[in-house]
Amino acid sequence: MLDQLEKEIVQYLTPEGKLTSVGELAWGEIPTDLKKQFFQWMTQIRIFDRKMILLQRQGRIGTYAPLEGQEAAQVGSALALSQDDWVFPSYREHGVALIMGMPMQQVILYWAGRVEGCRPPKGVRLMPPAVPIATQIPHAVGAAWAAKLRRESYVSVAYFGDGATSEGDFHEGCNFAGVFRLPAILFCQNNGYAISVPFSRQSASATVAEKASAYGFPGVCIDGNDVLAVFVTMSEAIQKARSGQGPTLIEAVTYRKGAHTTADDASRYRPSDEVEEWIYRRDPLVRYSLLLQQDGCLTKAEMEEWEEECMQKVEKAVKIAESFPKADATHLFAHVFDSLPPSLEQQKEALQHLEGGYPWEK
Amino acid sequence: MGEMTMVQAINDALRVALKTDPQVLILGEDVGKNGGVFRATDRLWSEFGEERVIDTPLSEAGIIGTSIGLAINGFKPVSEIQFLSFIYPGFEQIVSHVARLRTRTQSAFPNQLVIRAPYGGGIRAPELHCDSTEIFFVHVPGLKVVTPSTPTDAKGLLLAAISDPDPVIYLEPMKLYRSQKEVVPSGWYEVPIGQARKVRDGEDITLITWGAMVPIAVETASKWEKEGTSCEVIDLRSLYPLDEETILSSVKKTGRAIVIHEAPRTGGLGAEVAALIQEKAFLYLEAPVIRVTGYDVPVPMFALEDDFRPNLNKVSQAIHQVITY
Repeated sequence: MLDQLEKEIVQYLTPEGKLTSVGELAWGEIPTDLKKQFFQWMTQIRIFDRKMILLQRQGRIGTYAPLEGQEAAQVGSALALSQDDWVFPSYREHGVALIMGMPMQQVILYWAGRVEGCRPPKGVRLMPPAVPIATQIPHAVGAAWAAKLRRESYVSVAYFGDGATSEGDFHEGCNFAGVFRLPAILFCQNNGYAISVPFSRQSASATVAEKASAYGFPGVCIDGNDVLAVFVTMSEAIQKARSGQGPTLIEAVTYRKGAHTTADDASRYRPSDEVEEWIYRRDPLVRYSLLLQQDGCLTKAEMEEWEEECMQKVEKAVKIAESFPKADATHLFAHVFDSLPPSLEQQKEALQHLEGGYPWEK
Repeated sequence: MGEMTMVQAINDALRVALKTDPQVLILGEDVGKNGGVFRATDRLWSEFGEERVIDTPLSEAGIIGTSIGLAINGFKPVSEIQFLSFIYPGFEQIVSHVARLRTRTQSAFPNQLVIRAPYGGGIRAPELHCDSTEIFFVHVPGLKVVTPSTPTDAKGLLLAAISDPDPVIYLEPMKLYRSQKEVVPSGWYEVPIGQARKVRDGEDITLITWGAMVPIAVETASKWEKEGTSCEVIDLRSLYPLDEETILSSVKKTGRAIVIHEAPRTGGLGAEVAALIQEKAFLYLEAPVIRVTGYDVPVPMFALEDDFRPNLNKVSQAIHQVITY
């Protein structure tokens, strides 16, 4: 996994918090407000993520897919998007979902097994998490196709992991995107492992990015823990897509600091020196905080204040989610069809009738 | 010989098979170093090496498609699909090739392969992990489909599947992976495919079921015993081929039958069993054959899964309906 960073990779901010020469140029052009937002969102997402793990351990939600370590990849890419753009996430993109406007309590509800957590508010073009692998990629490409056919300027993003690149749907989605030259961004967070299987076992190619050339569009491999590289690369890809220059495949090389899900034990398959390297030396938030402090954009006190605010936001969202009305059994039949066929009406009635108790109690 | 859970019994069966037959290979996502997400292949990678217990890329079509290529060259691949709900990319390989390879080549090549997959609900798993789609495979001619409900059956059925000359879909009810421990025989033994198991003797009514619904049928039968109604419980174990003899002889004795399955009702295996009973035991019936099943709705996220799945209450309603017919 560390050898991936020896590949040719776009980096603006080093793990030590220093801007590279391209980074210096970019930094000068980013408005202060956005510089703060990078920090604020990464912090918000990390605090949310840690709380979710805690809720799972306490039995208050079900199995959860943690994202810690991938904040820069999610924040840098999502903050480059506009409200009109479509997002097709996998199951680890809670950060992206929150940035796109999904209320936090709904993300919590989703992991608490409530289907209500899938539905975005009006005006948020975000699909529910794709649980099967790579299936969302062709959807994103189809949404990009709709933009092209309608001469609209939105772009469409598919978020997926390194494992997804082994599925047929990845190939088929990329192929359509290339053939029809669609305004799609294929955003791969290569965190090195598909559950336990390392990328070297997923693909014999050195990078995900290079696969793009076979589909006839550009692929870029970037340091996914460098929020600036992610933001700038994503912004360029969006710009190209909006101006009719077709799709881009972005490979953000990153690492999930924790397990695949709360049901997984990553220590079974990842060497501890590798994990430590990523946790202690390559953390996306630490390196960005160092830069902000050096730059004077945010003081340590302001950062701590923001952390406190984030914690309160999370607590509030948990409270709202947990006071959500209990799921009603008849909701099984809601939103299955536009109108229920007679056989389903009968099944619904039978379910309601059940609540009368056991036959021997009558 | 020791006490084992179902998942341990499956692990033991795989170990025995790898040890006994050098042609057996295990393929799948996370089956190697990680030992499977449910630990069904725990320690097999270190014991038998990465040429026999193989972590594959994340690709169900790839796993099942390459299994065919291995099988026609004499290997016996036992592939794991991580969840039955994720099998669909491989579905084309199963329907168009695994199932009809024998017919299309007129038995020119061996096609001895097993596809294992955990299925069903009741464990608060994430969305889209819990479907019970056994009927998809039952409906495809050329496949055998089995599912155990006890550790002993799990091991014996898996070894039978591995030694079966035809492809077998081996479905593992997640709910039962660790719910029960029992002494499981050591070494190689087989539970013949095509034979149901009578779980409990009864006189008044036959409950026919499989997989994770077996304990619910037994629980309900115990409850009704106290009310004076005696239920016979049959665990089909083999969903294709069906053990017609066991089903029919029981129904001819009791005169009443209820089929219980977790899958949605319409077109489920319950319909097939009910049709079989009315075709071959019509004159013995005292009441219509009733189905207790999941509803014809997408399997819900876990907040509603208990409402979706058959339970003591729902089976009891059906028993009441049948005995008062």
